[in-house]
Formats: sequence, C-alpha cells, structure tokens
Amino acid sequence: MDWKQLLRWLAGGLLLGLFVSFALGPFIWQLITALKPAGQLAQLPPLLPAPPTAQHFVAVLGAPGFLRVAANSVFVAVTTMLLAFILGVPAAYALAKLQVGGRQVILAALLCFSMFPAIANVAPLYLLFIHLGIRDSVFAVVITHSVFALPFTVWTLTNFFQEIPNDLYRAARIDGCSHGGILRHVVLPLAMPGLVSVGLLVFIFSWNEFLYSFTLTATERSRTLPVAIALFAGLHEIPWGEIAAAAILATIPTVVLVFLFQRRIISGLTAGAVKG
Amino acid sequence: MDLDITNLSKQFKDQMAVQIPSLTIRQGEFFTFVGPSGSGKSTILNLIAGLEQPSTGLLRLGERLLNDLPPHKRDVAFVFQSYALYPHLTVSQNLAFPLELAHIPRETIRHRVQEVSSSLGIATLVDKRPAQLSGGERQRVALGRAIIRHPHLFLFDEPLSNLDAPLRAQMRKELRQLHQRLNTTFIYVTHDQEEALSLSDRIAVMQAGRIQQCDSPRAVYGQPANRFVASFFGSPPMNFFPAELQASPEGTFVQLAGRRLHIGELSPLSPKTMAVTVGIRPEDVRIRRESASEGWPMRISHLELHGGQTYLELSIEGLPLTAVERADAGYRPGEEVRATVGVERLHLFDAQTGARLTLKASGQ
Repeated sequence: MDWKQLLRWLAGGLLLGLFVSFALGPFIWQLITALKPAGQLAQLPPLLPAPPTAQHFVAVLGAPGFLRVAANSVFVAVTTMLLAFILGVPAAYALAKLQVGGRQVILAALLCFSMFPAIANVAPLYLLFIHLGIRDSVFAVVITHSVFALPFTVWTLTNFFQEIPNDLYRAARIDGCSHGGILRHVVLPLAMPGLVSVGLLVFIFSWNEFLYSFTLTATERSRTLPVAIALFAGLHEIPWGEIAAAAILATIPTVVLVFLFQRRIISGLTAGAVKG
Repeated sequence: MDLDITNLSKQFKDQMAVQIPSLTIRQGEFFTFVGPSGSGKSTILNLIAGLEQPSTGLLRLGERLLNDLPPHKRDVAFVFQSYALYPHLTVSQNLAFPLELAHIPRETIRHRVQEVSSSLGIATLVDKRPAQLSGGERQRVALGRAIIRHPHLFLFDEPLSNLDAPLRAQMRKELRQLHQRLNTTFIYVTHDQEEALSLSDRIAVMQAGRIQQCDSPRAVYGQPANRFVASFFGSPPMNFFPAELQASPEGTFVQLAGRRLHIGELSPLSPKTMAVTVGIRPEDVRIRRESASEGWPMRISHLELHGGQTYLELSIEGLPLTAVERADAGYRPGEEVRATVGVERLHLFDAQTGARLTLKASGQ
C-alpha cells in the first residue's frame, strides 16, 4: 500500500468517524445517562455507569400515565400516516397521471404551504381548536400533523408515480382497469419503495413532533411522548436519568420500523417495464 | 368486421393532429399507418383504442359504435413500442392479467396462458419477470398479452423499433405469420417505410394528420400520389429535378436538364407549358460507360458500397442524381459515364402542389 492510498484511507476514516460521532454522539450520551445510577448523574468521571442500572427505565415505565402517553403517540403517528396515505395517494395519482388543470400551480402551492415556519401557525391553530372544542384531544394533534404531512406526501408520491411509464398506465386501461384498478394493480405495487419511504418519514415526523403537540394538549389524556418527556421535571430537581431513559424508549419504535422496512425499499423495481 | 372511420378528427390546442374524412379497414386486413414522427399516426391508434377521445367523428367496428365505449370494451388489443409489461408480475401473470380483470374462470385462464405461451415459444419463460427477459422475449410476451384476449382488432404502435436489426427482421416475419394464422385485422403504425412495404396489405401514408395516399404497397411505391409519398418510400430515395412539361402538335415533352424527352402523344395541356418536378427512382437510372452515345454525360462523384449494390452519386447540371448498380460493375469515382432513364419510368409532379400528374395518351 503506497502512502497516498494510506492517506486517502485515513482521511476517509476520519471524516466517517466525525460524521458518525456527530450523529450518534448525543444518542450514546443519552444511553450512558439513562444507565447511570442517580448518584453519578452529575459526576464525571466515571464516564461509563458503574454499575449500570435499570432504575430509570423502571421508574419511567412505572410512572403513572407513561403507557397512556405512549399509546397516544402510537395512535397519533399511525393515524397521521394512514390519513396522509388515504388522502395523499389519490391526489398524487391524479396529479401524476391525469390531466389536471393547473397542475403546476397546485404543486407549487403545496410546496409553498410546507415552507411556512411552524411557529407562525401555532396561535391560529390553537384558537381554531378551542372554537371547535377539541383542544387537548389526540384528534387535534392528528389533524394538525396530517395537514403538515399531506403536502410532503402528495409532492413526493407525485414524483414517484410520475416515474411509472405512461405506457403501463395505458396498457392497464386497455386490459380493463378502472382508475382504482390501475392504482391497486399497477401504481401501488410499483411505487412501493416510495410508499414505504414516505410512510416512514411521516410516521417519524409525527412521532417526534413537539411544538404543536405541546401547544394543543394539556393533560395526559392527549399528550404525546416528546411532550411528556419535556414535562418530566420533578418538584425540586430535574430527573435527568428518567428523561434519558424515556427518550431512549421513545426512540426504539422508529429504529425498529426503519430496520423492518428497510428491506422493502427495493430500488429498481420498475426495471423491465419498458424497453431497457 | 370492418372498422369504419368517418369524419374523424383530433385537435390538440391549436393544432389539428388527425383529420380523416373516411376510411374503411377491412376485416382481416394488415393495415399500416406510416409517416414521419408527428404525422398523427399514433394518435389514430389511440383514438381507435379509446385512450383518447376524438374531437369529431365516428368509429364503428361492424355494427358497433366504438365512440362511447371504454378501451377494454372495444375488443381491441394494443402492443406498445415499449412493450409495457407489468414489471412486478411474472410472464404468466402478465398474460393472465387482462383475462383476470374480465373475470374469466381460473381454469380457462390457465389453459389459454399455456396455449399462447407455447404458440409464441415462451413456454419456458412463464415464471420469469420482464426484467429477466431479452428485448425479443419481452416483445413476444407483449404479443401474447394481446393475443390471449382474442380481440377483433390488433393495434401495434411501432412494436419493432426497439429491437436490433436481425431480430427485427425475424419478428417481421413472425408478425406476418401470426397475421395469417389469426386471420384478424392488424392495424400497424410505423415510421419505417421498409417495414410498411414488407408487412402490409394496404398502407395509409400520413403527413400532418392527413392521409396522403391509401393503397397497396405496390401502388404507393409505383404510383405515388404526390411528391411527399414519392420521397418517403425507397432507399436510396427518389431523385427530383425541376423540369418543364411542353405540349406541342408533335406530342407532349419534358424538358429535363438540356434534353427534350417525348413522353406521350398530344395531351389536353393548357397552357402549353407547365412547371413540373420529375422524379426518378435510383434503380430506374441506367448507367453506361462513356463510349455509349445516348443519355446524359455525367461524372461519378462518389461511390457508396451496400453489399451487392453500389450507390453512385452523380450530377446533372449541378443537380445530384443517385443511381443503383451492381457492386461488381466496377465503377470508380471520377469516371465519366452516361445515364439514361426510360420515359415510362419518369414520375411527374405538379411543381406547385406536388400532386402526381398522369398524362392520358390522346389516342385512347
């Protein structure tokens, strides 16, 4: 191995190491904190918990309302994802494959809409939900998340659907598909990688979203995990150990989902449809 | 069942894509629409298939009016240039797809898939997906998906243009055989004049959305209706020269490149002279060595060898002329030769309109 190659290898490794520690550093710190006995929390050294303890996890899981809040989070994220699909898939199909008047304007409007800073909408939405009488309910959170997930869903899926060759769509019509049939038999199977990616991203967005969930909820009846974790503060001290443990627990579902569906994001599924 | 087209037109924004006053495609015919890209030939196919709605006009298949029927109720099958196979389905699933949508019993479907795949020589491929197939195999599957429905009309949109030359020649032959075997109407669209000539019973030559000529391959090649049709067919293409048609008591003459050719008896031409374009097919030009005394003296500027034939690039009075000779005739660039053309081989076109001129011999 000549020195040039070695240098390149070292530089690459260094960059990679920097990136990984930047991405994983906070998470590892969190993990260490979650496993440290209460007494060592504010001490350094020891860097590593000695001995590691599950006391914070036990405390979190046993805390009143934690399971309720976790269930809220699951409900909000799953429902948001389903709503985004139910409304977004037909819209994206129409924009991608039908002759829709003002197509460009609609797409541009969607993009503009998703560029509004979140904070600008908080107050109006808060007032709106008070008037509707659904403040402090999971539905308020679901509606808000869906409204923000939809432009992204429609925009991304439109692009995925456009990738599907027009001849396939024409062939399906000749073969006897209605629009629903084309969606079911041709578009959805071929856009599966896109659907999986969009679904995951929407789920993660909704799972992690804090600002709206914080504003629109008031009690454990409707709170989601990020809000609950932020409100963990104790009477006299901030329970860092419990916060860290809860954060770790909250991260697990998204990591599991990503690993589960990663296999489904198969690229090149459309290969062989046309010429090639 | 004949396909009757009446007053068909399709307008895209401010452009008339297709305009056909009247056309009947007969039961069992191999009918080809040929023309350059943008001539409206694919649009016609889409209109027949129901993938697009006509701006005006009626489409009738036998007694049935097609206009208001959705594509799958028209009894037509479509073979796409891109094959348009469903990439997520296997070959047999691709073949079965239209039948499943038509709610045909499972057992019948299985039987037909078997029958079609073995008749097309793809029986060993039924469990593969399109991505695992070669271009020719994909083309066969696409054909199979059309055949399996037993349609009344087959529509082909440039089905061979993605294949390489040897495969294309073979598929051409197979298409012809398939047509004979099925005895169903084939409507075929291509931009390839050779393909049109070799496959079709009848050809409609399209330009700018209109049919320029609709006739047998022999007729569109031998008696082109206008200059466009004449220039579209033939390789190398027809030679064109400006000339003058002259009527005199001695008969009708063409004044062409310094020579006056007697082309017929008296004709009722009026006025007495007329500007024309003379068309000469390269294979109609006879080349002789300089020692001959007849014909136009010319010099060979360039030779192009095409296997058994040589294309000779010549010029008359600065105008290029292409001739075809046997390759073993041994001509060389720079050689002086003489060229003759039988007057009966000349094609005359109105210089203004481009329409074919036919002179009636006055004696008859």
